[in-house]
Amino acid sequence: MTYDDLLAYDPYELQQDAKERIFRELLSDLTDHHRKNCAAYDKACALLGDQIGTERTVETIPMVPVSLFKTLSLCSVPEDEIFKTMTSSGTTGQQTSKIFLDRQTAAWQQRTLERIVSSFIGPRRIPMLIIDSPNVLRDRNLFSARGAGILGFSIFGTRRRYALNERMELDFQTIEQFIQEAGDGPVLIFGFTYMIWKYFCQALRNAGRMLPLEHGILIHGGGWKKLQNEAVSAEEFRAGLRETCGLSIVRDYYGMAEQTGCIYMECECGHLHVSSYSDILIRSMDDFSCCENGTEGVIQVLTPMAHSYPGHSILTEDKGIILGIDDCPCGRKGKYIRITGRIPKAEVRGCSDTYEG
Amino acid sequence: MTNLEKYNSIFRRAFRKTDEELPGLKYQGIPLWDSIGHMDLMNDLEEAFDIRIDTQDVLDFTSYEKGKEVLGRYGIAVE
Repeated sequence: MTYDDLLAYDPYELQQDAKERIFRELLSDLTDHHRKNCAAYDKACALLGDQIGTERTVETIPMVPVSLFKTLSLCSVPEDEIFKTMTSSGTTGQQTSKIFLDRQTAAWQQRTLERIVSSFIGPRRIPMLIIDSPNVLRDRNLFSARGAGILGFSIFGTRRRYALNERMELDFQTIEQFIQEAGDGPVLIFGFTYMIWKYFCQALRNAGRMLPLEHGILIHGGGWKKLQNEAVSAEEFRAGLRETCGLSIVRDYYGMAEQTGCIYMECECGHLHVSSYSDILIRSMDDFSCCENGTEGVIQVLTPMAHSYPGHSILTEDKGIILGIDDCPCGRKGKYIRITGRIPKAEVRGCSDTYEG
Repeated sequence: MTNLEKYNSIFRRAFRKTDEELPGLKYQGIPLWDSIGHMDLMNDLEEAFDIRIDTQDVLDFTSYEKGKEVLGRYGIAVE
């Protein structure tokens, strides 16, 4: 079994027990690969007591705190095979993660995203309205997480139009042209949660304008932190989009630059679904043991996709809950989760301070 | 104009190459054929051949040669 074989499965057809059998083997082999090819990772694994060549379970695969990608250059392929280095967004004053991609891993990332999102919007490309400014892509060499997200989703769009100008104001001329060209067919509206709320939804309200986008499916990601600070709930977010654009299909997703492509899409029941291509464990804040379903803890993300850098098992700085396994009313198999927030900064620092490089 | 002539002229214009330089050309193999250049190429081909390329085929379109195969799936014989 290779990652290509895994990609041949539908994104939500694998039951958890079948998936775990596949993941155990793939992730164990991958751990050996990274230990042999990334000295810093090997050292950390040795400290944790991991043994090369042993059969590990999904739970015992060593996990790398996400902050380590900010402080160390972690790479498992020769330098001449790296063709793209991605950086995470990182809030002001924070260091950004560096993720090294070879052609294979980059191609897998795109294919993974395609498999997941196509199962929600269909195999056909449709006109796409991006709720951002075209400036975000102006420098082709600058792979910010926002730019990378937009580029990644661009494969789903035929005509791609940007709803905002360089001053982050609504570009009504472009938007109206987009709506006219799209006619009665389906359209994809994509952007980051906060940008959509502040520069699209609220801006439309302030301008007293409504847009006929009822044929649209809106996909948004990037997290709720900024909106929570403004006390905007998911319900309000949806209501605002229904009111200003007639949008009834609004889907959140969770994902991170460190495992680009492996996103967790929201289903019609409001649950974020783990696809066949990655897995999630919830770790206790006290002793990092696995939490029972329904108990909040730190999110660990795992995927056999990460070949060129040791990011196949990452302890994030996000908190979440596993809501259930294989039994979401929407019919999708596997785990479904809820994101509950971020872990406090002090504790984050604790994780990486335990590593002595 | 034959399909091959059309196909080649789109490649020449998009990547500033001559006909002789097209065989072996790969996605991400030259600076102009990056992900943005790729989406522009898809749009140009769709317009020229009046087709709509599915998302999966956008990702399968990894080289000059592979692209001919992909267009074949839409009934466009490029030979």
